[in-house]
Amino acid sequence: MFRNAAAKCLHLVGDLQGRKSGASLARCLHQTQVAETNVKTGPPPTSHPGLANPQEWKVTQEPQSPCFHCTDGRLRPGGVELPVQCHPARLTMTKRLQAQRLNGIEHNPWVEFVKLSSEHDVVNLGQGFPDFAPPDFAMEAFRRAVSGDLMLNQYTKAFGYPPLTEILASFFGKLLGQEMDPHKNVLVTVGAYGALFTAFQALVDNGDEVIIIEPAFDCYEPMTLMAGGHPVFVFLKPSPIQDGELDSSSNWKLDPTELASKFTPRTKALVLNTPNNPLGKVFSREELELVASLCQQHDVVCITDEVYQWLVYDGHQHVSIASLPGMWERTLTIGSAGKTFSATGWKVGWVLGPDNILKHLRTVHQNSIYHCPTQGQAAVAWSFEREQLYFGQPSSYFVQFPQAMQRSRDHMIRSLQSVGLRPVIPQGSYFLITDISDFKRKMPDLPGTEDEPYDSRFVKWMIKNKGLVAIPVSIFYSEPLRKRFDHYIRFCFVKDESTLRAMDEKLQKWKAELK
Amino acid sequence: MFLALGSGARFLKTIYSSKILRFSTSAKMSVKFTNAKRIEGLDSNVWIEFTKLAADPSVVNLGQGLPDISPPIYVKEKLSKIAAIDSLNQYTRGFGHPSLVKALSCLYEKLYQNQIDPNKEILVTVGAYGSLFSAIQALIDEGDEVIIIVPFYDCYEPMVRMAGATPVFIPLRSSKPVYGKRWSSSDWTLDPHELASKFNSRTKAIILNTPHNPLGKVYTKEELQVIADLCIKYDTLCISDEVYEWLVYSGNKHFKIATFPGMWERTITIGSAGKTFSVTGWKIGWSIGPNHLIKHLQTVQQNTIYTCATPLQEALAQAFWIDIKRMDDPECYFNSLPKELEVKRDRMVCLLESVGLKPIVPDGGYFIIADVSLLDADLSDMKDNEPYDYKFVKWMTKNKKDSTLDAAEEIIKAWNVQKS
Repeated sequence: MFRNAAAKCLHLVGDLQGRKSGASLARCLHQTQVAETNVKTGPPPTSHPGLANPQEWKVTQEPQSPCFHCTDGRLRPGGVELPVQCHPARLTMTKRLQAQRLNGIEHNPWVEFVKLSSEHDVVNLGQGFPDFAPPDFAMEAFRRAVSGDLMLNQYTKAFGYPPLTEILASFFGKLLGQEMDPHKNVLVTVGAYGALFTAFQALVDNGDEVIIIEPAFDCYEPMTLMAGGHPVFVFLKPSPIQDGELDSSSNWKLDPTELASKFTPRTKALVLNTPNNPLGKVFSREELELVASLCQQHDVVCITDEVYQWLVYDGHQHVSIASLPGMWERTLTIGSAGKTFSATGWKVGWVLGPDNILKHLRTVHQNSIYHCPTQGQAAVAWSFEREQLYFGQPSSYFVQFPQAMQRSRDHMIRSLQSVGLRPVIPQGSYFLITDISDFKRKMPDLPGTEDEPYDSRFVKWMIKNKGLVAIPVSIFYSEPLRKRFDHYIRFCFVKDESTLRAMDEKLQKWKAELK
Repeated sequence: MFLALGSGARFLKTIYSSKILRFSTSAKMSVKFTNAKRIEGLDSNVWIEFTKLAADPSVVNLGQGLPDISPPIYVKEKLSKIAAIDSLNQYTRGFGHPSLVKALSCLYEKLYQNQIDPNKEILVTVGAYGSLFSAIQALIDEGDEVIIIVPFYDCYEPMVRMAGATPVFIPLRSSKPVYGKRWSSSDWTLDPHELASKFNSRTKAIILNTPHNPLGKVYTKEELQVIADLCIKYDTLCISDEVYEWLVYSGNKHFKIATFPGMWERTITIGSAGKTFSVTGWKIGWSIGPNHLIKHLQTVQQNTIYTCATPLQEALAQAFWIDIKRMDDPECYFNSLPKELEVKRDRMVCLLESVGLKPIVPDGGYFIIADVSLLDADLSDMKDNEPYDYKFVKWMTKNKKDSTLDAAEEIIKAWNVQKS
């Protein structure tokens, strides 16, 4: 999952710098010193580059000596002085450790890109999260949640903080045209990611088939595998475009016959993602009707990932498949507060659906994490209450935010073309992909490992030589298709103006080098 | 028959044979919408029923394991300050926010007397509950056996079953308290021969909980050594739930089984911010262990929730630094909280004794168990097919409503009046 892995591994790498395995206590002192030099004192910075760059990641706090108990070479649990033991007797386990359900899902493709990004002076357009603040009302909601009622520091209801489940039921009930009960039709989860996991675990059995539309957010496949399921892929096909014209995500379509052929008696679920990551496609009503009719015909559950539902451009409309006739009873609709309110770090998501399916997700939920953190949920509830008041009006965040991101998208589209990248105009989402075929023709032999798809090699080259980070789109494809779709890379345009200007500088430099 | 009470409590779990439930569909609904087999029989949850009853405002809730006292001021203050920092509202590192894993590594290095790599040997999860889930999903396979010590925190069994494994139970058994001494959680022990008989080649892990929920037992060094010896002999893992590690009362010491020779390699130790700082609603927990085990939990994390909430992790890190710097100080929360709770424990023990309930004095943790049989309550109008303790609790909740210790005291005094 690129956008998270990027953040995750940047910090991993930042922390790994200067670290060796099996080091002695002296290294603890070194760590202490390193930690202290990274700490800044004084007032918090007013604008923050965010987590994109570990060298810039500084936490505002008082000076700290994290391990001062260690500094004299003795560790003191509970006030008792004891000699340090660096290498206690170790007897290794001989049994196989990990469970079979982890087979094939250990690898994380993000790791090396994130590592590379931290090693160079880059503008990071790879990660899928904003590098600007959430809107004021959301920040205020969170402040209220953490400084108000003391009991918000304690457990709330397992299936969702009641004011949140109530507002989600009423807000989405209207949108989906469905009477929703906050206790039966709403489950709050740890991000949309957690919602997806809960859905797969609840419904997918060994041998069940799950249809995944490619290019696909990269967690769908491993989650299917972890549940013992069998992913069945069908891919969006781009139609040929005229010379000189830019491709659009609307041009990428499912072949109805091919889609129909993917359904078998073992098909348990189909995963839909609209607006789509990485392509930015917003499925039209007609396309959704096709999917819906096949789901009904073959009695399949539709798991629909709609985290980018508010980010639609050029007058396109987001349609929730659960609102189509016959679909509410077989659809799980997944949403994300992180993407809705530009607060990905809150990790609040939800699933909406009929009680008879949601109850199985509740069972998984109560046997996996049980409760979600309370205060984030309270902040999301207040944020939705605010948006409900302003819904449809110009001052609604759900109106303003996509307008602003459309401008960022257009800025990026113009800029990328200056070096011969060919963007595919996305109808929605955080992302656009660009065709790099021209580069593939001119520089076919970029360094990389055997079997490494071209886009991956290109991204690494671009990071090292051009100071820009993107994500190879082949990561969003199943293995058989990676070579076929190895000529696209994904950029995130949900970034601050300053980041886009920094991107322009890098591109100008690149353009100059082309001459 | 036992009733568990406390300044937060979880109820004593009675072992049921698994109920097989298939949801019934209406004619319109699909047979294919059945649940995956991994969750069959796991849908019932004892808490739902009891929290409904406790929701009545005139009821004093001593049932649930959450504090109704304030977290330490500096913990709240840190979170408030952090709420204002833009960047902390976005994703952080998946396996744990850097400043938090650094803080945890520093704290636990003191306790483990060894270095702990913050990136490879720690995973931050959604509460200790999330760590239990990740550890079990990562390391327990279908067909494995997992030893669970009875009584047990109720999620261990369904989590083991959800992983397709078989729970193997062994009870703590109580000896009679020595004349003149109060019944204590330390009177409850494992029979070493009986324990050894539960291990075999299929045993993948044993789940240990110390200090113990619900009994409050704090396992001694010798008791842990017996378990450690068996783990090494049978090459099994140990999942050690130590959420109440700081809540140990006078005369007792918490030992970490992972520090015993040969145990670091095979132990996942689980901790909880909620129980450490009285902030259960933050839902931050952690697993600590060798990289060859933690890496599998990290794989589970990257395929389940990916990352935990950022601002809470940062606030927790900053709170930890405050207390790490003063671990010898009585003001350190790790020292002050158990002192505070010991007073409440003692008060509650007296209260319970005053109405004829027979408490088992806990050596640690949040909870007290009390034997209610001597009260001989008339439960004839409660549902017939439930265990006695369920009926008793419902009777008590309906008839003996209450809230926090002062109010509890009033109620219990009123019982005394009623009885006389």
